[in-house]
Amino acid sequence: MIAHLFKSFFLVEFVKAHWLTLKYFFKPKATINYPYEKNPLSPRFRGEHALRRYPNGEERCIACKLCEAVCPAQAITIEAEPRDDGSRRTTRYDIDMTKCIYCGFCQEACPVDAIVEGPNFEYSTETREELIYDKGKLLENGDKWERAIAANLAADAPYR
Amino acid sequence: MIQTIAFYLFATLVIASGALTVFARNPVHSVLWLILAFFNAAGLMILLGAEFIAMLLIIVYVGAVAVLFLFVVMMLDVDFAELRAGFVRYLPLGALLAIVLAVEIVFAIGAWSAGAINMGARIAPVASDVSNTQAIGQLLYTRYIFLFEAAGIILLVAMVGAIVLTHRKRGGVKPQDIGHQVRRRPEDATRLTRPESGQGVEL
Amino acid sequence: MTAWFASWGLTYEAAWLVATIVGILAIALPLMLAVAMIIYADRKIWAAIALRRGPNVVGPFGLLQSFADGLKVFLQETIIPSGANRGLFLIAPIITFTVALMAWAVIPFQAGVVLANINVGLLYILAISSLGVYGVVISGWASNSKYPFFSALRAAAQMISYEVSIGFILISVVLYAGSFNLSVITLAQKGNILGIFSANGLNPLLFPISVMFLISSMAETARAPFDLTEAESELVAGYQTEYSSMSFALFWLGEYANVILMCALNAILFWGGWLPPVDWAPLYAVPGIIWLFAKILLFFFIFSWVKATVPRYRYDQLMRLGWKVFLPISLFWVCLVSGWLMLTRYS
Repeated sequence: MIAHLFKSFFLVEFVKAHWLTLKYFFKPKATINYPYEKNPLSPRFRGEHALRRYPNGEERCIACKLCEAVCPAQAITIEAEPRDDGSRRTTRYDIDMTKCIYCGFCQEACPVDAIVEGPNFEYSTETREELIYDKGKLLENGDKWERAIAANLAADAPYR
Repeated sequence: MIQTIAFYLFATLVIASGALTVFARNPVHSVLWLILAFFNAAGLMILLGAEFIAMLLIIVYVGAVAVLFLFVVMMLDVDFAELRAGFVRYLPLGALLAIVLAVEIVFAIGAWSAGAINMGARIAPVASDVSNTQAIGQLLYTRYIFLFEAAGIILLVAMVGAIVLTHRKRGGVKPQDIGHQVRRRPEDATRLTRPESGQGVEL
Repeated sequence: MTAWFASWGLTYEAAWLVATIVGILAIALPLMLAVAMIIYADRKIWAAIALRRGPNVVGPFGLLQSFADGLKVFLQETIIPSGANRGLFLIAPIITFTVALMAWAVIPFQAGVVLANINVGLLYILAISSLGVYGVVISGWASNSKYPFFSALRAAAQMISYEVSIGFILISVVLYAGSFNLSVITLAQKGNILGIFSANGLNPLLFPISVMFLISSMAETARAPFDLTEAESELVAGYQTEYSSMSFALFWLGEYANVILMCALNAILFWGGWLPPVDWAPLYAVPGIIWLFAKILLFFFIFSWVKATVPRYRYDQLMRLGWKVFLPISLFWVCLVSGWLMLTRYS
């Protein structure tokens, strides 16, 4: 009882707690220095979407609309028409990134590895409109990230 | 020059905010105008050279009393129609109060113009080099010590009375005893055992 | 300074006016800068104790983070809720901010460097800090919203409770120094501990109340662990919930200016203000303002340290601490200090 009174009057617990936190103050940081350092990403990481092309420059997407059908958030909108050379291509391929839940079903469904979720996760924008991606934006992403995406797909291929 | 400006500024603001205290529809606004009046009254005190009184006015009235006013008034659910309904009923009483106040003011002015009471002869004169904080202290704790302590005791009794009137112990409740909780140590509450396999622990 | 401006050929009154305005600016502008840096320091210290990095992107080591935040806030739209009491809603942050700046008028930065050397300086500080609650209370009421209103009620009760014990603690210091003037209180500490150290806080009689004052000043500025007025898990953001843009920024500036003020008061009342901690001639070569700043920073570190360590109090615990622990102890200490002084100094 007396000991307890002594302890609470002299703030013993508080001094102990502050000593502990002071020790933590000088410990090395547990977090990485984010924009300058980044954690390694798995090849299966599901980030920003991209539409890929074949090495000859022809776009892969054949407008089968499997991704549109499988998308649980209904974020994908596709319209298709035969092109002049008779091949079936999309005229419109929109992804509403504000709806997307990054489940990866679209890339699983894609028979030609056209739509993939790349390793990029830093694509925040200032307006909502910029997050509704059209075909041009997605193809541009594909061109920009092709090397990383191809490497990831190759790394993941043995497990599929 | 600056004293004159300051005096008229403070005086006008005191009167204006005093009037607005009365006329404001919303009681919360009334209290806020009252606070402004207190604040400017403190300014007038400073002009009189009574900075100690001025600071006490702000600390006690603005800092404590008015906060409590505001505390209560903020929680009122004000119905303006009902407020105005009682106006005619209280008009005679209000008028009477106004007349009494007016008469008092007339008396005060009359007495003042008849010549001030010579207060200087009645109180202990204070040396001019002593600051008024010290002067008040010296008067309060020598000449007026009994009055001062009597006031203190009256306030203490009032406080104890208020607590006695409002404090009640309800039976049948289980209030939290923080001291009891904090005093509980791990040794009292837990037991470390090392039971043999298949034996279990006896509780 | 008045004399210096008068030497330019101004009349005394004009010189006084100019000197006062320059003095106010000389305090207010560095103070705003200090607030920006101290918010950054607060976040860094807090982050370091939680093993995080804190702001690190804007400027070298993230030093410009507060300015970036300020710029963002300036560019925001000011939203006034339709049910709010428009006038009071806008006045409240201005009150908080102005009051936080006003108190700095009587803080002595160095021997003779003080804007208003009035002989009731400490009472002035008490008076001004008791005004601080109105910003919170008015904003809470004028927002016409539930959580800010709860916050306003909490703030009113909390500040009144702790002002009482702060008053008694200050009276003990005033009794010891024999003056309400902060410069005199500082000078009275010169070499007062065995002729070596300059600090009231090292006096065994005053050390306990210096700790109590530190704790009470955290409660008075509504800092963690006493930040019940903005307890985000209960009250969203407390009285600031409905605020945005500049009015929100004014609350923040005022709050941190108050925190720095309380650190300065801790330094001046108990740890020797602008005097070097050891009464030794070579140490006086360092300007007093540096010593004061070092002490303020030390106390700010303690404030942040406590914020990072101690969980928030419950409201009834806060009230219990104020009325049932601090008030009796500080009252007892006033008797103790005055009795001791009667025995030793005035008998």
